[in-house]
Amino acid sequence: MNKFLRTYHPYVSPFDPCKPILEKTYSTPPNLFMGFQPPNLPQFSPQEALRAGTLWKAFYDPWFNPFEKPKRGETS
Amino acid sequence: MWFYEKKLQYPVRVSTCNPTLAKFLIEQYGGADGELAAALRYLNQRYTIPDKVIGLLTDIGTEEFAHLEMIATMVYKLTKDATPEQLKAAGLGDHYADHDKALFYHNAAGVPFTAAYIQAKGDPIADLYEDIAAEEKARATYQWIINMSDDPDLNDGLRFLREREIIHSQRFREAVEILKEEQGKKKIF
Ligand SMILES: [Fe+2]
Repeated sequence: MNKFLRTYHPYVSPFDPCKPILEKTYSTPPNLFMGFQPPNLPQFSPQEALRAGTLWKAFYDPWFNPFEKPKRGETS
Repeated sequence: MWFYEKKLQYPVRVSTCNPTLAKFLIEQYGGADGELAAALRYLNQRYTIPDKVIGLLTDIGTEEFAHLEMIATMVYKLTKDATPEQLKAAGLGDHYADHDKALFYHNAAGVPFTAAYIQAKGDPIADLYEDIAAEEKARATYQWIINMSDDPDLNDGLRFLREREIIHSQRFREAVEILKEEQGKKKIF
């Protein structure tokens, strides 16, 4: 699983009306961990950066719909 | 003063005729955590914040307008060829009754935009913390829209926008660090 996702396990009642989701996930994106950005971090090439939305590899954290197929070489 | 470049910040492509997605996307157009609210919030806060971070608010506030334009393009593409029947089926019948296919600044539930969505407290830390929260909320909104969309081209654009929110949040957090810096203390980054 994506290293910027966390999980928790909510209480499940035997009387829940819907099939319970046993594990819930939430996003903890890279900006939470960096503090002030240090110098000389690895960069994407200009072309890659324009597509990724950031020049800095450390901040790249794409979000995918679980039902959508990755395209054009994207990886989750 | 602004210069306008007649192109989108990131190409907007939509591969499926699914006007329902337009109904969800409008949240980022005229919603509380949308791009309009973001742009107006940051550009307005510039006048009462230490000089060191004014440029950041200008840059990000300006970029939010470029994002607003991308959202508008997505909504337009998803609705421009839809029949009134299709709009009705997509839950956009009430929008059509009032606006035809015109875009309007309201959220996904049709609530019109209000300046009450944004704040200018005049306290630099309070304002920057609001900005950080706004970026995290916009990031989350993009997640929920991507989760409801199976259009890979549209999601590609939305992923770009979500990534920008991560970067904006990072830069606002760094602005807080700059303002925390003790007076007269030299620090090299
Ligand atoms: Fe933003």
